[in-house]
Amino acid sequence: MAEAAAPRPSSSVKLVLLGEAAVGKSSLVLRFVNNDFQENKEPTIGAAFLTQKCNLPTRTIKFEIWDTAGQERFASLAPMYYRNAQSALVVYDLTKPTSLVKAKHWVAELQRQASPGIVIALVGNKLDLTNEAGDSTNTSGEDGDADAAEGDDGDARKISTAEAKEYAEEEGLLFFETSAKLGTNVTEVFTAIANAIPETSLKGTRGPGSTQANASRSEDQSRVSLTGPRDNASKEGCAC
Amino acid sequence: MPSDSSGDPLRRTNQLNVENGASGNTIEEQRPPLPPRPSLLQTGNGPASPHSPSKSALQAKATTAISSLDIQTLSFPDGSRGTFSAPTSGSVSESLSELPEGQRTPSRNVNRNGSDLNDDASLMSIAPTLRGNGDLASFLDDELNTQSPAWRLLNSQTEAANLFEAAEFEDTSLIDFDHEFDEIEAVDSQRGNEEEVLRKWKSKLKHYLILSSAGKPIYSRHGDQNLVNGYIGIVQTIISFFEGAKDPLLGFAAGETRFVVVTEGPLYFVAISKLGESDAQLRSQLEALYMQILSTLTLPALKQLFSNRPNTDLRRPLGGTETLLSSLADTFTKGSASALLSALECLKIRKSQRYTIDSTLLKARTEKLLYGLIVAGGRLVSVIRPKRHSLHPSDLQLIFNMLFEAKSIETGGGENWIPICLPGFNSSGYLYMYVSFLASQEECEVTDGRPSTASSTSPQDKVAVLLISADKESFYELQKMRDDVVSQLEKNGSMDIIKTAVRGGRPSTTDIIPGSQLRHYLYKSRSNVQFTMPSFAPYFCSPIARRRLMSLYHNLHASAHAKHSHLKVIHCVSRDYVSLGWASPQFEFYCVAGPSTTRASLAKSANDIIQWIKREEQRVFIIGGAVF
Repeated sequence: MAEAAAPRPSSSVKLVLLGEAAVGKSSLVLRFVNNDFQENKEPTIGAAFLTQKCNLPTRTIKFEIWDTAGQERFASLAPMYYRNAQSALVVYDLTKPTSLVKAKHWVAELQRQASPGIVIALVGNKLDLTNEAGDSTNTSGEDGDADAAEGDDGDARKISTAEAKEYAEEEGLLFFETSAKLGTNVTEVFTAIANAIPETSLKGTRGPGSTQANASRSEDQSRVSLTGPRDNASKEGCAC
Repeated sequence: MPSDSSGDPLRRTNQLNVENGASGNTIEEQRPPLPPRPSLLQTGNGPASPHSPSKSALQAKATTAISSLDIQTLSFPDGSRGTFSAPTSGSVSESLSELPEGQRTPSRNVNRNGSDLNDDASLMSIAPTLRGNGDLASFLDDELNTQSPAWRLLNSQTEAANLFEAAEFEDTSLIDFDHEFDEIEAVDSQRGNEEEVLRKWKSKLKHYLILSSAGKPIYSRHGDQNLVNGYIGIVQTIISFFEGAKDPLLGFAAGETRFVVVTEGPLYFVAISKLGESDAQLRSQLEALYMQILSTLTLPALKQLFSNRPNTDLRRPLGGTETLLSSLADTFTKGSASALLSALECLKIRKSQRYTIDSTLLKARTEKLLYGLIVAGGRLVSVIRPKRHSLHPSDLQLIFNMLFEAKSIETGGGENWIPICLPGFNSSGYLYMYVSFLASQEECEVTDGRPSTASSTSPQDKVAVLLISADKESFYELQKMRDDVVSQLEKNGSMDIIKTAVRGGRPSTTDIIPGSQLRHYLYKSRSNVQFTMPSFAPYFCSPIARRRLMSLYHNLHASAHAKHSHLKVIHCVSRDYVSLGWASPQFEFYCVAGPSTTRASLAKSANDIIQWIKREEQRVFIIGGAVF
């Protein structure tokens, strides 16, 4: 295929971040958009709207990101943000069990109310507070940072990778553990989402090179399979 | 020694109050001095100094100098004032501290009995009088040397009552101001740091507490739960005791510290200040905190929470807005002219330039738009609004606080869509505010037209477009309007004008009037509900200097706004500065000059500035604004 020659077609993807307050939604976005991190970030008020491009081999995805506030009182506004969204990032804090409960609620609500083809990624943030800080889960989980930094009770993890991953597989979600602070896995999340978005649900310009479906199924693989089938049936984003 | 927090008594020892009924005309007009008239005033003799010679001296030694000006006000360190007038027939004690608890009026008791007098002695007649009338001139200009009996009396009062204390108060009061906004660490019983933490907590000059009438803590500016809970309980007990007696507590003093209480439905607000603000000023600060809570929750939601469960813990529904409350509180503690005057400041640009911006906004206006604003550097550049709605300063204060003080918005970058209740507009529902900070050109991402986050410029210097709608679905519509507005403003050069004006900052007084004696001033146009001021540099750059200046303005403002005073001009002399407050139906004006400034040159400088503002009125203020 000759798509590399022509300018890559670009299309917009609407993405919404949901999750309990203070799990790090805005920090993930800030890392993704500006490659920056702020300690003690002030809570988001309402929602912030940001854009960022994500370059895939065959095309460019322009994310239109709705970073919503996690506080309960804003919950009633959420439908406005996830309506028509092609993708969602449901974030929990892997040091805080209640935040996973909340995340499950969001997943259920999205599956019930959002557009049927929505690609959902479950993201456990604050990996830097655990012993595996610095390791991305899909390269190595036990690469012995255990003696680093935080000392004996350095591992603040309360939700095991296995537990969350199992849930994600049941529900057909993409799954990542990230650290917005260190940048671990952040781009990977967005890239995986970009890859998982079914071609047919993409709006925007389409060049001849964009006829490939994006059928990447694994979160650690950022390349699009050029030979993937183009039909709708291939989309549903269980990428795990 | 009874004393109160109302600031440096020194600076108020020579207050000259002149009733002014006439409106502002030209001060050059020479009018003959008014004939002395008998005054009906009683003498208010403050109880501040038990050993003061005031009563007898006063009765014996009335002077013509005083009587032709009718009133002399003397402030006592407990916050009360005495008024002295020519035919002193008796003395009436009017001290706050003698009133029973709970009956204290929130305002200062100034000139209670003199309120209806002297409306015809206009200010305009005073300025020439200062120079023209020999008697007065000698009294006013050489006050320290002439030693008129009245002056000696005032001086003796001062010395006896508070000269030393005042100096000390001034010197030590702000000593901790540098640490005022420092975080207080949590109480850690294992490390046994309670005492240290408590000491820090008590050393704060200003506290704000919000609690529910059931005694649940809602917000405290300083200190964590463990530290504050006990005090919250005490405060709740005290307040509800007076509530129970159908005699609500408004405020009380403990040493130099002033406590002011505001009750709003199920909420109690308490301000604790050592900074010498008046009760009325503290009260308006507490009202602003209440407005912030309403803007988060709306009034019906707040009522419903508490009617369902009186024991509601409001911290949860308010979650995430502590920073807004704190930044608002800190604005008050630092001293804000905008909050003091309840007015807005505008960016000074030419009338035609503002007109261009207004019409750009009007042209791009979409159907769902309620208010459209362009704001730069915390100052208003342009506003468009429907004919039947105006924008309330208190609402704009909340918005500006959110945008420019709390930093929650701009650090996120991008655009924001914020549900907000503007209580001044309508306290029962939400509006939706589209906010976009404009990056300066070099940072702007031209590729997709969306603003990138601008991290280099401070939020104070940024330009923001605010579009407010009643429809929560109108984000994309307003986003398009913003794109249209911005590209149009770039095209017609307005954006550069705005940025240049912001970068230029406020002019200093000597830029405005070369050789002006004034170091700083505030001018509020009453009809426009807007104010203007010069730059703080070079005299008031440090936070402490600025706080001192603001304390001074607070005192002038309190004197001019005391409930029963029809005070029009206040002239205060102290060791460090000379200040003037002037209230007319059109404006309020407060200014400060160096200590050696004579009264005449102070008056002249003030007049020059006021005339300059009158000339530049169309530039420094938004007059009328653009309506649709």
